[in-house]
Amino acid sequence: MTTTPPPVFEGVDAPHAAEGIRGVIGRRRADRRTDAQGDRGIVSGHDRKKRGVRAGLGGVHGVLFVGLVVAGLGPLLWLAKSAVTPTQDTLRQPLALWPNGIDWANLPQAWNDVHIDQFFWNTIVIAAGSWAFQLVVATTAGYALSVLRPRYAPILNGAVLATLFIPAVVLLVPLYLTIVNPPLPGDVSLLNNYLAVWLPAAANAFNILLVKRFFDALPREVFEAARTDGAGPFRLFWSIVLPMSKPILGVVSVFAIIAAWKDFLWPMLVLPDPAVQPLSVRLPAVQQSIELDVFLAALAISTLIPVALFLVFQGVFLRSAGLGGAVKG
Amino acid sequence: MTMTRASDAAAEPAATAAPPPDSPPSPMVRTRTRTRSPRTWVRGGGLSTLVFLAPMLFVFGFFSWSPIVQSVIMSLQKTNLLDAPTWVGLDNFANVLADPLLGTAVLNTLYFAALALVFGFPLPIIMAVLMSEVRRGKGFYSALAYLPVVVPPVVAVLLWKVFFDASPTGLFNTILGWVGIPAQPWLQSPATAMPSLVLEATWAAAGGSIIIYLAALLSVPPELYDAAEVDGASIWRKIWHVTLPQLRGILFIMLILQVIGTAQVFLEPFLFTSGGPNNATVTILLLIYRKAFQNSLGGDYGEATALSVMLAIVLALLSWLYFKLTERWSTS
Repeated sequence: MTTTPPPVFEGVDAPHAAEGIRGVIGRRRADRRTDAQGDRGIVSGHDRKKRGVRAGLGGVHGVLFVGLVVAGLGPLLWLAKSAVTPTQDTLRQPLALWPNGIDWANLPQAWNDVHIDQFFWNTIVIAAGSWAFQLVVATTAGYALSVLRPRYAPILNGAVLATLFIPAVVLLVPLYLTIVNPPLPGDVSLLNNYLAVWLPAAANAFNILLVKRFFDALPREVFEAARTDGAGPFRLFWSIVLPMSKPILGVVSVFAIIAAWKDFLWPMLVLPDPAVQPLSVRLPAVQQSIELDVFLAALAISTLIPVALFLVFQGVFLRSAGLGGAVKG
Repeated sequence: MTMTRASDAAAEPAATAAPPPDSPPSPMVRTRTRTRSPRTWVRGGGLSTLVFLAPMLFVFGFFSWSPIVQSVIMSLQKTNLLDAPTWVGLDNFANVLADPLLGTAVLNTLYFAALALVFGFPLPIIMAVLMSEVRRGKGFYSALAYLPVVVPPVVAVLLWKVFFDASPTGLFNTILGWVGIPAQPWLQSPATAMPSLVLEATWAAAGGSIIIYLAALLSVPPELYDAAEVDGASIWRKIWHVTLPQLRGILFIMLILQVIGTAQVFLEPFLFTSGGPNNATVTILLLIYRKAFQNSLGGDYGEATALSVMLAIVLALLSWLYFKLTERWSTS
């Protein structure tokens, strides 16, 4: 599923995005608030006064609450409970609210004996590297194609866009062979080297498209003024364009880190040495060799960071995810 | 290649320095320039442009453009890591098409895609419409709905594998027991394996779609609802005649994205069942993986790429359609 093309961002235009991503999504809602009708949806204020509709909305509340708590929170709560429950309890009574005994030792055992600590660190290194490489490539390329605009820019643009139509699956084997036997002098291989994950991740046409569109809509007058004041292309990039682009850099960062954290097949292929593998690759591998309760503790620890990040940066996550809806339907 | 083009474009300092706001330099400006010595090229910013393009040219050249070309070449070759590749024409394609497992894999993938559409396509729409109408707790509900998307996919699959425990005391079987349904074999039987995978995939993906639909629902002009009410439309008629037609663009885009995604399903069949039981969950991508990487004697890279190329052509057509549609909808 990691190869699914990312959601649509056609609606991200800089004037609104400059107000922050909230500006992009909140724009229509804000427009609507100024409307004489106020904030309304399908159900009108008049409808809401009817008894049947009120009962119906109450029912909707109930269904949403129960359904979402069970489906969204339920599995995570179960995982948290089972992480500290002895194996036999989990197997015999998976839905018992209170286990017969609490086995706190599962957590340190998973962390130390299963070496979750190390795989955790590997995951962080992979995500951080992918993030850095993607950001560098996307911003420099977007800047060159949008602001510097050499004459051959349309050709490069087309070559980048074309890769969007090529599904990742077609790259799998040739890319793997490139990593095994890179076009470098001597007998080198990038297997078990994090560059094998970072560099292909940076060849992301979607990032470039996103950043370029954002740069396209930045006011040219600012660039002209900077150039008149003697700013060269590097100064313009670093001191003018990048500081104006924080919203889109945030979006690219969220996507880069999430994608790196989730990726499974590619790191499994190019990082065959367990010592350098991320959690996503190690967890299925250690499953056979450890007891269920320790394994569930390992799963719980692996879920902790993404869930914690989500809870802290909820707004950024949901706005990035919802940007797809900014397409004008 | 790019070097020569760069130097062609070299001496247009005027064009690069002062384009009219929001429009590319006109061809007139370009043809006016004459001097093309390397020094004017550097002074005109040609070199620094290349410096900015270098990271992109490097990663795309090695890890995107060249593998794409290579995959076409490799599909016509017999390749393993030991011997030099030899040209075999369309043999790889013929071998792939003659593989008895291909039909199974294609049917399984279609089955997965169809089930995922039936389970997974309407659900987020319904949820989003309901969530958009409640006045309080919208943020709370959105966060809950998105939570499964945050769980790393591998963790989700491994966790659901425990849920799918086929013994009577398995988690799902315990729940079924409460309502008097006998224990199901879930992943253990060819009949229930694929629906089980789809169940997990739907759970994992629904939250993302819900958030996208919620944002799209905000863009429905409220005047349309007012107008419908003047005509005496009930809530259901408003949903049917206003909301859904207004969402048709995003609905179609999400449909294509889902088809493209499900056609490449790998993680679930690989981790849940490894294609079993009895090949009931072998998908196209799993077949590609097996051909290339699961052979102790070294993979048959030619056949694997031949199959990838065939799948890619179908998917590229779908992506092209998707692109055309988003382009139309974003400019209208």
